[in-house]
Amino acid sequence: MEQLVQNFFNIEVLIKVYPMLLKGVWMTLQLCVVVVPIGFLGGLLVAIGYSFHNRWLNALLIVYVDFFRAFPPLVLLIFVFYGTPYVGLEVPAFVAVLIAFFLNTSSYYGEILRAGIESIGRGQWEAARSTGIGRLQTMFYVILPQAMRNVAPDLTSNTLEVIKFTALASVVALPELLRMGRIAQGITYNPTPLIAVALIYLAMLWPLVRFLSRLERRMLVKQR
Amino acid sequence: MLISIVNPNDRPVVLDAKGIVKTFGQVKALNGVDLAVTRQELVFVIGPSGSGKSTLLRCCNRLEEPTAGAVYVDGIDILNRGININAVRRHIGMVFQSFNLYPHMTALGNVTLALRRVLKLSTRDANSRGMEALDGVGLTDKAGAYPGELSGGQQQRVAIARALSLEPKIMLFDEPTSALDPELVGSVLEVMRRMRNTGMTMVVVSHEMRFAREAADRVIFMDEGHIVEEGTPSDIFEAPQHQRTRTFLSAVTQK
Amino acid sequence: MSALERIKHNFFDLEVIEKYAPSIIDGLWVTLHLALFIIVCGLVLGLLLAVVRSFQLRFINWLIIFVVDIFRALPPIVIMIVFYFALPFVGIQMSGFVVAWLSLTLVLASFVEEIFWAGILSVDKGQWEAARSTGLSFFQTLCNVVLPQAIRMTIPPLTNRTIVITKSTAIASVVAVPEILSQAGAAQGFSANTTPLTMAAIAYLLIFIPLVAMSRVIESKFAWKR
Ligand SMILES: Nc1ncnc2c1ncn2[C@@H]1O[C@H](COP(=O)(O)OP(=O)(O)O)[C@@H](O)[C@H]1O
Ligand SMILES: [Mg+2]
Repeated sequence: MEQLVQNFFNIEVLIKVYPMLLKGVWMTLQLCVVVVPIGFLGGLLVAIGYSFHNRWLNALLIVYVDFFRAFPPLVLLIFVFYGTPYVGLEVPAFVAVLIAFFLNTSSYYGEILRAGIESIGRGQWEAARSTGIGRLQTMFYVILPQAMRNVAPDLTSNTLEVIKFTALASVVALPELLRMGRIAQGITYNPTPLIAVALIYLAMLWPLVRFLSRLERRMLVKQR
Repeated sequence: MLISIVNPNDRPVVLDAKGIVKTFGQVKALNGVDLAVTRQELVFVIGPSGSGKSTLLRCCNRLEEPTAGAVYVDGIDILNRGININAVRRHIGMVFQSFNLYPHMTALGNVTLALRRVLKLSTRDANSRGMEALDGVGLTDKAGAYPGELSGGQQQRVAIARALSLEPKIMLFDEPTSALDPELVGSVLEVMRRMRNTGMTMVVVSHEMRFAREAADRVIFMDEGHIVEEGTPSDIFEAPQHQRTRTFLSAVTQK
Repeated sequence: MSALERIKHNFFDLEVIEKYAPSIIDGLWVTLHLALFIIVCGLVLGLLLAVVRSFQLRFINWLIIFVVDIFRALPPIVIMIVFYFALPFVGIQMSGFVVAWLSLTLVLASFVEEIFWAGILSVDKGQWEAARSTGLSFFQTLCNVVLPQAIRMTIPPLTNRTIVITKSTAIASVVAVPEILSQAGAAQGFSANTTPLTMAAIAYLLIFIPLVAMSRVIESKFAWKR
């Protein structure tokens, strides 16, 4: 027991390293705030692209989406980070992370939003268009709000995944939470910072997980 | 502990429910209901929606646990915690408004599941008994069909066969024709009529008043968790004693 | 060197490919083994947890929800790093392979439990009642009537989740498992060339593009049925 406290919940260590961890949290938050919206926007573009029902565009989008859904995000990240210098582009870690996660995230969001849009019947399109509303406006004001409600659990679930992905950025030395935790562990020779990192992630993501469960249950009840 | 209960006309009582009370939180669904059904009797239960008809039936095979009261089936106290409720339930057939066929099994599979799992019959014996039961409802040619490929009337007849194949001592019907298109009701009632003629003991919750008139031995009118009145079909339909019964009957027959 | 040549030299160097192909293929086997163990154990454990949960024993349910929530909330890389770098301090030593297997199995099982549980809940109550009214026991009803329907309904989300988690095997490179990515990383270090990473990428795409395409087919097939 004492050994457990000494190693996992060592207050002294914690006091020493908490400024580092805070910095990590800050970086993680910055990452989320950038990655989630641009990934979502990318997904929106993909989904809108699908809605044109153009054969070539669809084929192109399917290739894009499946390609980046097949790529493990970590592999993509390492490829972008270590590969770009060789083509003469020296991108900072933050940007490499953004590029890699954008490719991955927009694919997933795109596929989810497409399913949502397809779940809305033709009647909604026809009703809106018959009142003279334009294509894109129909999409944004009539279709998307309903579509997003229909796939709210999947959107939430994917957002959760994206936030969890940000921990991968530690591998390319971006000083986010996990990276800072590992550095702190190295300095103190004590794994308390790692446990602290896990607990911080839990504190950030557990509410989202609960919310997701509630959302899924609600959808299930509605389907009956 | 067999209690031999004999009623005036000397037929044994198959189902004897006494003083059934059932509450759901604040809602009193049943407020002390007595229901005794003798062998080969067909008891019809009518009453407005929410009067507790379904709850009464479901208390009789313990799909709902009564809050108070006693239920004997063939003299066995089925509310006794010590009994094997599954062994009892196979003797109490139940037919639901929404059929509740297993969508992933064929008609024959639906019928034979309990034969195989509860009676532990071999697949071959279960199949031959299942086919017999399907024959009884006129659906041998649909044995291999899935519920999704059957009409509502056919589905309900499969559901009846599923219950009948276990050779129950009593059958409980909870609005068996309410979910059916009008033209399909007849085929289900026909099956029920035949069951009656072969001497099955039945409790039927239904709004098919014509069927009640021709087939029921006794009609029970329920309202707000009580039995308001009961009697022969002609008693109830021609000379109802209570205002509530009259109101209900005129509302139903107007349709 | 022109840009094209530079790309060719750095990303598709034939010599490097020839030299490191064997180690990438070794990595491929490790990845496949790891993935197989994770998928089998994760699916079985997840199903088991969902079945236990359906018994509705309050304390056990809370425990399941608690554990499942943790493994759904934590990033897999954090779990692996805690298991690999922190647990030895309290006397729990596991090889990188075991750590990767255990972490991702627990993560997959947690998601699978939630998916199956949602599937069980989505089966109509009337199915339970019909089966119980014919004398089937709770467990017989669960196995013969409810689970077959629940499983069918859960196949699309299960496929997707399994693919996502299996892709996470790449993270095992962080805990020194010699799978594709870590082999490629080492080779890249030795050769000072990105070609091994290209090879790794191609290896992953070879594994996962068929799976993703399959999930697309499954998805549309089941969506249509609904
Ligand atoms: N599972 C339940 N939970 C809460 N209330 C219920 C439940 N089942 C039935 N009730 C209530 O009990 C009353 C009787 O219902 P029910 O037996 O279904 O009536 P009927 O079959 O005559 O329409 C109604 O007020 C209904 O709302
Ligand atoms: Mg009812």
